[in-house]
Amino acid sequence: MNQTISRLIINRIGLGLLTLLIVSLVIFMITNLLPGDAAQELLGQSATPETLAALRSQLGLDLPIYTRYIQWLGGLLVGDAGYSMVNGMSIMELIWSRLPNTLSLAAFATLVSVPVALSIGIFSAMYRGSWFDRYSNMLAVFAVSVPEFLIATIAVLIFAVKLGWLSALSHIESANTFGEMLKVYAMPVLTLCSVLVAQMARMTRAAVIDQLSSPYVEMALLKGASPIRIVLLHVLPNALGPIANAIALSLSYLLGGVIIVESIFNYPGIATLMLNAVSTRDMPLVQGCAMLFCFGYLILVLMADICEIVSNPRLRK
Amino acid sequence: MTELVKVSGLRVAVRSGGADIPIVHGADFSLKKGEVLALIGESGSGKTTIALSLMGYARNGCHIVDGSVQIDDVDVLSLSPAQLAKVRGRTISYIAQSAAAAFNPSKTIMDQVIESAMIHKTCSRKEAQAKAIGLFRELALPFPEKIGERYPHQVSGGQLQRLMAAMALITDPALVILDEPTTALDVTTQIEVLRAFKKVVRERNTTAVYVSHDLAVVAQMADRIVVLRNGQIQENNLTKKILETPQHDYTKSLLSAMKPETRQDTIEQKKMDLDTDTPLLEVRHLEVCFGDKKVLQDIDLKIRRGATVGVIGESGSGKTTLARTIVGLVQPSLGNIYLDGLPLEASASDRSREQLRRVQYVFQNADTALNPLHTVEEILARPLRFYHGMKGKKQHDRVIELLDLVHLPATIAKRRPTELSGGQKQRINLARALAAEPDIILCDEVTSALDTVVGAAILELMADLRKKLNVSYLFISHDISMVQAICDEVVVLYSGFKVEQGAGESFQRPPFHPYTQLLIDSVPEMQQGWLESTTANHELLPSIGAPKPNVELCPFLDRCSAREEGKCNRIIPSRIKLKKGNQILCHHAFVEHKGQTHDQTRVQVDAMAASV
Repeated sequence: MNQTISRLIINRIGLGLLTLLIVSLVIFMITNLLPGDAAQELLGQSATPETLAALRSQLGLDLPIYTRYIQWLGGLLVGDAGYSMVNGMSIMELIWSRLPNTLSLAAFATLVSVPVALSIGIFSAMYRGSWFDRYSNMLAVFAVSVPEFLIATIAVLIFAVKLGWLSALSHIESANTFGEMLKVYAMPVLTLCSVLVAQMARMTRAAVIDQLSSPYVEMALLKGASPIRIVLLHVLPNALGPIANAIALSLSYLLGGVIIVESIFNYPGIATLMLNAVSTRDMPLVQGCAMLFCFGYLILVLMADICEIVSNPRLRK
Repeated sequence: MTELVKVSGLRVAVRSGGADIPIVHGADFSLKKGEVLALIGESGSGKTTIALSLMGYARNGCHIVDGSVQIDDVDVLSLSPAQLAKVRGRTISYIAQSAAAAFNPSKTIMDQVIESAMIHKTCSRKEAQAKAIGLFRELALPFPEKIGERYPHQVSGGQLQRLMAAMALITDPALVILDEPTTALDVTTQIEVLRAFKKVVRERNTTAVYVSHDLAVVAQMADRIVVLRNGQIQENNLTKKILETPQHDYTKSLLSAMKPETRQDTIEQKKMDLDTDTPLLEVRHLEVCFGDKKVLQDIDLKIRRGATVGVIGESGSGKTTLARTIVGLVQPSLGNIYLDGLPLEASASDRSREQLRRVQYVFQNADTALNPLHTVEEILARPLRFYHGMKGKKQHDRVIELLDLVHLPATIAKRRPTELSGGQKQRINLARALAAEPDIILCDEVTSALDTVVGAAILELMADLRKKLNVSYLFISHDISMVQAICDEVVVLYSGFKVEQGAGESFQRPPFHPYTQLLIDSVPEMQQGWLESTTANHELLPSIGAPKPNVELCPFLDRCSAREEGKCNRIIPSRIKLKKGNQILCHHAFVEHKGQTHDQTRVQVDAMAASV
């Protein structure tokens, strides 16, 4: 790695941190704009203004907003996101108890969707206009446009209700053997993949087609290179940047956007945790989850950027 | 000798809207072993299409209809895709027009050079690399051992083109196809590449097909020339015969278009100019920087009303930057520009509409300068509205008038640029500038993207307009023979410095600045054997000591054949006036005749020094 590359990467990391700071401010402001607060939620309809005020000062809700923001931000920096207002548990602990579940779901979905999407994208680009290209394109448009709750519901209807192969709910505690894991993850992963694969495949196809029209591809063909060789050795190294970005954008959806999938299958992940937090007005927990999603998203985009920078020969020495 | 390649009845068509439009109508020719055959013609003549058909390949939208291409008794056109892949890169190899685009940017040069050998398994990787290094050496590439480790963007265009020749020769193919391999290069680079190509082709007794639009280049390379027009062979004969006794009218017109004639009116014009005192446009002490890099330094220039001033230099010499600075698209770091004696604001956005109107720019590439979604009428109406507030019928009439001025029919007004030919587009580009009724037009390489015949017609038109409208031109070009023929005054730029300036006709006889000399010697002449006889870039440069640090020495020091120890590498050169009137930036006052011995030069220079 040379200086230019490290400078570019440090630049990207700096920009990422700045984004994170701005996002933290926005999240904090927006959650404070929501009507009602934890004190009201805890005490219910019958609370008197006096008890409300007492609880607020106990929870620190009566402090000015900027003081609370700085306190919260300072806490985040040392890994303390505060305590849940509903059950008093550490937010970090709550998140840590759910994070592995979300990550493993994301990992499974990634493992299945990326190779499938890349192969579909590359093949449909290589055989542009063929029946394979046309049908995969049609299927992709279909998969992207059908809402995932419908796909999930239909999957439940077929595999759980009609065929009875899988359980409609995900009991991840019971997943001890590989077979059991497959059973637990099959439907959530299938639902997630149907959207992910379509997006990634279409963007991969576009990136590869863009490169296939370059003169160096014609040159490789006139050197007698086979189509597979052309795609693997000539096109992919140049299409890596756009493809990595497409993958990062699609995968970042796995962190935050799986709310519907998690709630349909009652999967104990971060998204359901956040959903519950919103319904109980547990603002510190909402803020913590939102920051986590943002952080994950930035990490993915940063990785894609680094991929693009490193794969650019003009920046190599 | 046996015939290695035999093409008969080759027909190629392009599919457009369900119908086949033929673009090559039955080509027949043959090629003996060790012979170099040139396919020559304008764009659209089908020369590249025919060359690619020899590899059984047709570009997007085209397909080979019928005919046969026999190479070593194999009919290439009857092979399956898998069989074709075995032939391509092995029996026949290809050198593309733009090496910069044909090299994969993300792979090392060595990997790409030996790729055909790896695909066809002609030898092991080690052997192939050793062979490649040998070829690099034969092609006179610098650092032959190391250059393969680099990436394409790390070497120059001329080097890439030679590296591509190594790539084509690595499998010792029976036939090599060279597709306009020097068209994208500067003349001074072209000569190096041509020498390298010729050497390997002759030494290896390679059979080759050389595709080009440039008869002078082809005359150096080919044994036999096939002249093409609109997909049909016009003439097929030995190079000597084509050059000396062309049979077909089209060949004759190609030959005559290659020689620009000095215009009589330039000289008459200049006598008239001497009367007017204030120049129309003046550039004083101009300096332009891009970041820390000075791209133009100490430029002085005067353009009189109705005069044509030419600016020439290699790519990167700063000639386009000069024009962009004059119109205010680039801001200078020092110096001023005056119009009719009054200073112009540095930025176009600060200039008055009247000032903008008077200085117009014609961009090099009409394809990118004209909005493809606008009709010709819309393109021409915009400056009419903007500068003259014209509307309705008056505007329409003026558009027709402008079209007539550039010799285009009125019916073209309804069409869009994509429906026009290259020459027509360049005429529209020119008409757009004329619509403003400017006093001066800056023309940036306006003919370099055009075929010779079409370009000559554009030049004719421009000379005509000058007489009619008394407009001045700043004419930017890399082609010194053309510039000296059509310009009243010529400025030679080298890496941002004005190294020579003088009247157009003074560039017809020496002495010159050494760089001008190099440019002139590098222009291919239409005679066989020129490549061997020209001295350009040939002789070893005189050896000198390390240049004195921290002094702005002569910019041309590294490439100069007249450089001198103790002077050129020590002292800043000054501008001196030659007897014939030209001003040069050089130490020597100079080599009155080419071929003069070094001693004589020194005596002369010493005498100069003594008198100073």
